[in-house]
Amino acid sequence: MNIHEYQAKQIFAKYGVPIPKGKMVEKAEDAKDAAREIGGNIWVVKAQIHAGGRGKGGGVKLARSIDEVEKYASDIIGMTLVTHQTGPAGKLVKKAYIEGGIDIKKELYLGMVLDRAKELPVMMASTEGGVEIEKVAAETPERIIKVEIDPLTGFQGYHARELAFGLNLTKEQIKEFGKFAKALYKVYTLNDASLVEINPLVLTADDKFIALDAKMGFDDNALFRHPDISEMRDFDEEDPAEIEANNYGLSYVKLDGNVGCMVNGAGLAMSTMDIIKLEGGEPANFLDVGGKASASTVAKGFEIILKDSNVKAILVNIFGGIVRCDRIANGILEATETIKVEVPIVVRLDGTNAKEAIEIIGNSSLTNIISATDLGDAARKVVKAVKGV
Amino acid sequence: MSILVNKSSRVIVQGFTGKEGTFHAEQCIAYGTNIVGGVTPGKGGQTHLGKPVFHTVKEAVKATKADTSLILVPPAFAADAVMEAAASGIKVIVCITEGIPTRDVIIAKKFTDNHNVTLIGPNCPGIITADEAKVGIMPGFVFKKGTIGLISKSGTLTYEMANQVVLAGLGITTAIGIGGDPIIGTTIIDLLKLFEKDQETKAIVIIGEIGGDMEIQAAEYIKGNITKPVVAFIAGSTAPKGKRMGHAGAIIAGSKGTAQEKKDALAKAGVTVVDSPANVGVKVRDVFNK
Repeated sequence: MNIHEYQAKQIFAKYGVPIPKGKMVEKAEDAKDAAREIGGNIWVVKAQIHAGGRGKGGGVKLARSIDEVEKYASDIIGMTLVTHQTGPAGKLVKKAYIEGGIDIKKELYLGMVLDRAKELPVMMASTEGGVEIEKVAAETPERIIKVEIDPLTGFQGYHARELAFGLNLTKEQIKEFGKFAKALYKVYTLNDASLVEINPLVLTADDKFIALDAKMGFDDNALFRHPDISEMRDFDEEDPAEIEANNYGLSYVKLDGNVGCMVNGAGLAMSTMDIIKLEGGEPANFLDVGGKASASTVAKGFEIILKDSNVKAILVNIFGGIVRCDRIANGILEATETIKVEVPIVVRLDGTNAKEAIEIIGNSSLTNIISATDLGDAARKVVKAVKGV
Repeated sequence: MSILVNKSSRVIVQGFTGKEGTFHAEQCIAYGTNIVGGVTPGKGGQTHLGKPVFHTVKEAVKATKADTSLILVPPAFAADAVMEAAASGIKVIVCITEGIPTRDVIIAKKFTDNHNVTLIGPNCPGIITADEAKVGIMPGFVFKKGTIGLISKSGTLTYEMANQVVLAGLGITTAIGIGGDPIIGTTIIDLLKLFEKDQETKAIVIIGEIGGDMEIQAAEYIKGNITKPVVAFIAGSTAPKGKRMGHAGAIIAGSKGTAQEKKDALAKAGVTVVDSPANVGVKVRDVFNK
């Protein structure tokens, strides 16, 4: 799960990570009051969407008067912001974050993420702040300093020193940086974050560190122990079909093709997408109905797949292990009684009680159900059905 | 011969009397697995499925000489259960549970490493040694006995691939689902080492997927260390970047962890990489008959 910048900064503040004064507004008419409350004579108005690259897309504006703050807030709230991360359709902005201006001496980068290969969280710092960190990693990897942190022993002084000397900080700055980094470690670990990123981390004219931007993602598996963070979820940032699927214990990801697929198991579901493509089709989605596929999950699966009007045919691919295929076959027939499926459905059932299942499908009076024997056969048949040949 | 589990493995089930524990323990017993008891805190002293129930793993190990544990407890308690098993002298821990917080898995894995214990999973279907022992939730009948070792990140895809191997006229020595989480107890390399040594295993199949770089590390290792033929399939060629594809670990981060990158690394290491998930069985047969 991801959250907005203003929410991440609320968490930062709770753990003592310095942030600029700021306020989130949902209506442009509240912007002036917010700016007055923040004080100063320069402000930044930032669009709150989960995607990065907001500045380049016109979602971050520097305001030199209270009137400008209001103007930019009204420009930004309601705009459709397109960045390299939103896709060409862009994202409707519903909230703006107004922040006091900061006297910047230097822009740095500081982040924390799980290193899967090392099996530990790592903190990363770079002198190349304000630039996309992936670009730095690809072009000048020597400018990224990484320290691994064992969660059993926590953040130590040497972690801070390695990062600080790597950033060429002065003695005074190193002390400040150490405090900052330690607080950031707490933000990451105590909230079960999967990512914390400050880009840029700003060194101010008076040698203080402050988080100018803030990005946070969380380990979905750990949300059960963080109800406060779960509450920060913004459903507007997610695909409605994905949310609905989730509520029914299904895992769904929408894609751009026209072959819908419904599969049990994530690995088999990905493989099904892959083989559709290999046979010349384009998958419309990833859908894992889980290990306990039943008539009702199958029905829900059809409903979600068919919300996508691009779908011209559906491939149901179930390898029955503990789940019996004859049950799934009956589930498919039941589901087609409640949900009108007008596109062709290619059904491939293998594993436990597959023979019985194929008979059930074969004996049905539905003309749009096509039975397939194996994975290759199923993919060929569904692609053929889409192309109408 | 086989790896990790066989008919003399003495297996306990943690979460034995729960709904999942009961169902899968029954299936394992029916397969012929030597289940010697189970653990459910608060239910010690009872008998369940004809086997003794203990409050703690320590008591279970003392009374039954168990050396293997199958963990089927809810995610909030699973890391605790893994560490309890490791601290109590269990040597092979199979954690089926999906949805354990990553921070807990990191700590539990460090603990099992320090105790010199093999942890399989979490978020996996478990281990099966054909005709000997099933310590997991897979359908046993698919895994006919043979000479192919199978390592997979997935559940149903493992059954699909084992089925293809069997339809191609071959069979399985041991199949291990290593799990789809970002951090897992036993890596592909760990298992390659065991299969290389196992005399019954004549060829190895790796079923990987997008996310992380475990398959790339495996490719590096295969180059200098594995003499047996290896066939691999990587799921997720069509997966978009930055989206979690069901498994917590199946996500392409930036441009890292793509299927193509993994396929290239494996092919370079001399592995037979199969593009179509429908052709794995046939390719294994081709490689085997060479």
